[in-house]
Amino acid sequence: MKTMFNRGVFALLMVALALIAAVWLLSHQGEEPIPAQPLPFSATPQQIERGAYLAKVGNCAGCHTARGGDAFAGGLGIDTPFGMVYSSNLTPDASTGLGGWSSAHFWQAMHNGRSKDGHALYPVFPFPNYTQVTREDSDALYAYLQSLPAVSQARPVHGLHFPFNSQAALAVWRALFFSPEVYRTDAAQSAEWNRGAYLVRGLGHCNACHANRNALGATSQRLEFGGGLIPMQGWYAPSLTASAEAGVAQWPVEQVVALLKNGVADHASALGPMAEVVFRSTQHLSNTDLRAMAVFLKALPPTDAPAPAHSQTDDFIRPNTDLPRGAKIFDKHCADCHGAQGQGGRLAGTVDGPLAYPALAGNRAVTMAQATNVVRIVRSGGFAPATAGNPRPFGMPPSDLSPDDIAAVVSYIRGAWGNKAAPVNSAEVLGATY
Amino acid sequence: MPCLAFTLRRIVTFLGVLIALNLLSPEARAVSTGSGTPGQAQLQLQLNTTPGTVPNTIAQRVAACFACHGQEGKATSGGYLPRIAGKPAGYLYNQLLNFREDRRHNGAMVSFVGNLSDAYLWEIARYFAALDLPYPAPSLVSLSTAQRARGEALALHGDTARQLPACNQCHGGQLMGMQPATPGLLGLPRDYLLSQLGAWRTQSRRAMAPDCMADIAGRLSPEDLGAVTAWLSQQPVPLGAKPAALRAVADAAVPSALHCGSVAQ
Repeated sequence: MKTMFNRGVFALLMVALALIAAVWLLSHQGEEPIPAQPLPFSATPQQIERGAYLAKVGNCAGCHTARGGDAFAGGLGIDTPFGMVYSSNLTPDASTGLGGWSSAHFWQAMHNGRSKDGHALYPVFPFPNYTQVTREDSDALYAYLQSLPAVSQARPVHGLHFPFNSQAALAVWRALFFSPEVYRTDAAQSAEWNRGAYLVRGLGHCNACHANRNALGATSQRLEFGGGLIPMQGWYAPSLTASAEAGVAQWPVEQVVALLKNGVADHASALGPMAEVVFRSTQHLSNTDLRAMAVFLKALPPTDAPAPAHSQTDDFIRPNTDLPRGAKIFDKHCADCHGAQGQGGRLAGTVDGPLAYPALAGNRAVTMAQATNVVRIVRSGGFAPATAGNPRPFGMPPSDLSPDDIAAVVSYIRGAWGNKAAPVNSAEVLGATY
Repeated sequence: MPCLAFTLRRIVTFLGVLIALNLLSPEARAVSTGSGTPGQAQLQLQLNTTPGTVPNTIAQRVAACFACHGQEGKATSGGYLPRIAGKPAGYLYNQLLNFREDRRHNGAMVSFVGNLSDAYLWEIARYFAALDLPYPAPSLVSLSTAQRARGEALALHGDTARQLPACNQCHGGQLMGMQPATPGLLGLPRDYLLSQLGAWRTQSRRAMAPDCMADIAGRLSPEDLGAVTAWLSQQPVPLGAKPAALRAVADAAVPSALHCGSVAQ
């Protein structure tokens, strides 16, 4: 008996050791070693300028510059289902920033998701996307960051819950979900498409929001751009492949470019977190690059829209189908700007271009199956981002309607004027806004 | 024969249901004709697809702001939302920037101004600064004689022993503000004044450094806070009063010139 027990324990130990070895191997797969003596690096002005542009493409400041904080000094808290993660200081400060980092160290972070001393970085930093960035572009970014004024600001300690605050957990995550990649040119596609693919999949990291994440916070290649609820923020990043959501296969290229450059297009506007993406990032991109991204997005294979996230309350709280109540609320609060027929409002003196007040009839933001965004917009109002192409946006006021009333009016507009989307219930409203 | 009757009955019922649904639907209330010939009116939706015309004015662009700030400020369950009409443009601009850059904390304000450019925020500030809207009657606050005297003294004369300048040194002789960037103190509820001074004491509200109000609020005792906010909230707004023109702050009793970051902003 004792021998059998010993053999059993021994076998378990062997299995455990084998698993640990497998995890270690898989979490380090594809990583080339960093040279012990870094090659000398002298940045050219062109490189720094290129790096500044690429930092806009990647919207690095979106996480690495806190509101009102010094440029790229970090300290912004990003809430995740695993706890709060804080962005690091990218300025060339010797003790709290990237002061002692070589271009190879920076490349290791971008390509392999590892810090200078080799410890794994949290994939809140979207290195699964940035891994595709070329060494040349990584060096340009490095040159730009090293040219910034050094700011002494230590990163706040992450607020991650055990076991997510351990390197072992990250090793398992990497083993399961990450291996370094390089962007491979698709010879069957045009150069413009390839440029767009490189930007959208790499620095653009669009998939970091526009795709679902599994329970361990990873996105999947198979469901690329399929839409996803942004964790903790409560906004829904719509599918870029479904025509019922934000798929642009049917749009003229110029309209896709307009949405990214100006924040508004004829049939859509950037609100919620996307407004910040336009404001800080895409409005600064060259027309050539925006066109390339548009060409790539238009060519994405169309898919069906994903089913909306099922809430447990759906089973016992009926959707608000009190359409006369919704219609009355609409007449009182919404029709003045959006039109009694949801036809929107056009700026005086113009005959085409985006409407000052968007039409709600045929508006995909209103009719997509996941109603989170339209509920939030009705509750909070807002402005489209101010851009060179739309410098003085029209504002929408917030509403102090009760959740029941918001459910009523949202259900109404989702079913009126030819719109054919399902009504919402007040629990969905509460879940989306409070 | 029965077959035909059955089919006809089905068709009539179907048509009847369609007509009934159209009559009951919201679209049936539409009066103006968009596209479509009169003959299609019975079973087809008549939609007015022509967008309305929106005035190309700054007033129209920021009409949304009145929803919360009202004409003269608005008390809500989430706190008092202050009056913005008639405040100095520089002050309003600074506050919009402060919300955008997280020196003042209000999630709703960030969602509005977070992605607006400096130039547009300046235009918005100038628009509201130029508005001339009536002020509400002052609130009724019960004050003891001593409190009233203390509040008036702090507001109009300061307290040199505690290095407290008089409010009217910066906020205008009539306490209605001073150009370009110092707001008036009248026409505001006591709770709002208390909450802002409290926010400066706890640093949850900040101005550009050097933050003068943080220093001053920190030196006010709780009794002072009660007295000066009560006195200010009781003062009627002088008819036609506007923010005073800029003048240099000069008072020998105040230690070192009051260089305030918000004015230099």
